[in-house]
Amino acid sequence: MFGNLDFDVIRRALPYLFYEGMTFTLTLTGLAALGGLVFGTALALMRLSGFKILGRIAGVYVDFMRSLPLVLVIFWFYFLVPYIGQWVTGASRPISVGAFASSLITFIMFEAAYFSEIMRAGIQSISRGQPAAANALGLTYAQTMRYVVLPQAFRNMLPVLITQTIVLFQDTSLVYVLSITDFLGAASKVAQRDGRLVEMYLFAAVVYFTISCIASFGVRRLQARIAIIR
Amino acid sequence: MIEISHVNKWYTPSFQVLTDCTTSVTKGEVVVVCGPSGSGKSTLIKCVNALEPFQSGDISVDGTKVNDPKTNLPKLRSRVGMVFQHFELFPHLKIIDNLCLAQQKVLDRSRDKAMAKGMQLLERVGLKEQAQKYPANLSGGQQQRVAIARALAMDPIVMLFDEPTSALDPEMVSEVLDVMVDLAHEGMTMMVVTHEMGFARKVANRVIFMDRGEIVEDAAKEDFFGKPRSDRAQKFLSKILSH
Ligand SMILES: Nc1ncnc2c1ncn2[C@@H]1O[C@H](COP(=O)(O)OP(=O)(O)OP(=O)(O)O)[C@@H](O)[C@H]1O
Ligand SMILES: [Mg+2]
Repeated sequence: MFGNLDFDVIRRALPYLFYEGMTFTLTLTGLAALGGLVFGTALALMRLSGFKILGRIAGVYVDFMRSLPLVLVIFWFYFLVPYIGQWVTGASRPISVGAFASSLITFIMFEAAYFSEIMRAGIQSISRGQPAAANALGLTYAQTMRYVVLPQAFRNMLPVLITQTIVLFQDTSLVYVLSITDFLGAASKVAQRDGRLVEMYLFAAVVYFTISCIASFGVRRLQARIAIIR
Repeated sequence: MIEISHVNKWYTPSFQVLTDCTTSVTKGEVVVVCGPSGSGKSTLIKCVNALEPFQSGDISVDGTKVNDPKTNLPKLRSRVGMVFQHFELFPHLKIIDNLCLAQQKVLDRSRDKAMAKGMQLLERVGLKEQAQKYPANLSGGQQQRVAIARALAMDPIVMLFDEPTSALDPEMVSEVLDVMVDLAHEGMTMMVVTHEMGFARKVANRVIFMDRGEIVEDAAKEDFFGKPRSDRAQKFLSKILSH
């Protein structure tokens, strides 16, 4: 069956696949993870704050995001953002937002829901004596979070955060619904153009698999190291 | 220095943890607080720097009312050193950074100044060589000495200790108590929750005995060890001294 496969098509497409496709995929993954972490940490702090209303708002947001299929959010967001932008800025026409900006915002908002749950667990894993000691030294709430609680929560949760980022890395391929040229999109374009579907999708699978595997392996090494530090 | 008057605290409406507690610690005085487990000693000492709120009564430290909503609590707390039963060093920071963090962020000291102060205090508690290590690499006794140094780095006007030696292996108790005795001899104002009666005999001016949220006995050291007035205190003393 593999007799008439042409793997040379992959070699010829490599620059395009990686310079364009993978660069986009990695940029989106990195920025979305960063933004999701920041926004998610803010959500976690809202939920853990003493203010009931803030906690409620964050809770509803997280539950809402987690009950929607990501593809749908990407799709809707792309069509809705121009109108939301128009409404917010009061412009006379829908604001044009590029596909990259739109998908980045979507991923940040979506990932924030997941990262917030991870950070919440991380913050709760810190014993109450730690913030008490920080407060006793005169650190304010914000300083206590910034210098004492969050660094420890982040460190304790790093393996889980990276694992979630691996999932995110794979999920970014869903931007195909916006016909964006991410890694999978690039592979798919070459596949269609050259009529080499099997070769290209096989290769894409191998690449996703390899990168995810290496990252997972890194996580396991990291977990072992953190266990020793504690 | 510390004025506690008629403090009442409830954890839940049906559970009163402190009942009409009134006492004071004057400048340079060392006051030991003892009592059975669950009697509210930790709660009382945490009320002094407002780590725990209370519902009625007043506490003031150096003339500043702790329970006044207008009080700048971080500022007040930065002048009240506190040492915890479980040390509570920040595990993600090196020893020297544990000492520098609050100096830099709260007192706005420069890094150099904070380091100099930190090293000086580490030397004082005999741990200068450990400055670049992490807390997890130190023994319990060493960690507690670091915790004391960390509190002293803020130049506190009073020090609070909450059972500083009860989480330690027996052979490490004395290295921590020695540091505390030195502090007392230097004239530091101290409020110490402890069952170390040897420490109390050596440096305490007064001993407070608490039971079920009440201050049952508040007496000069000589009177307390001579003959406690209450049955409860007598029973408690005979129990812990027989150990
Ligand atoms: N956050 C809390 N919420 C509810 N109850 C609490 C809380 N903290 C302490 N308590 C209860 O209040 C009582 C007094 O506690 P506290 O820690 O002040 O006692 P203690 O005298 O320090 O005891 P120990 O010698 O065991 O440290 C105990 O019955 C304890 O279970
Ligand atoms: Mg206690």
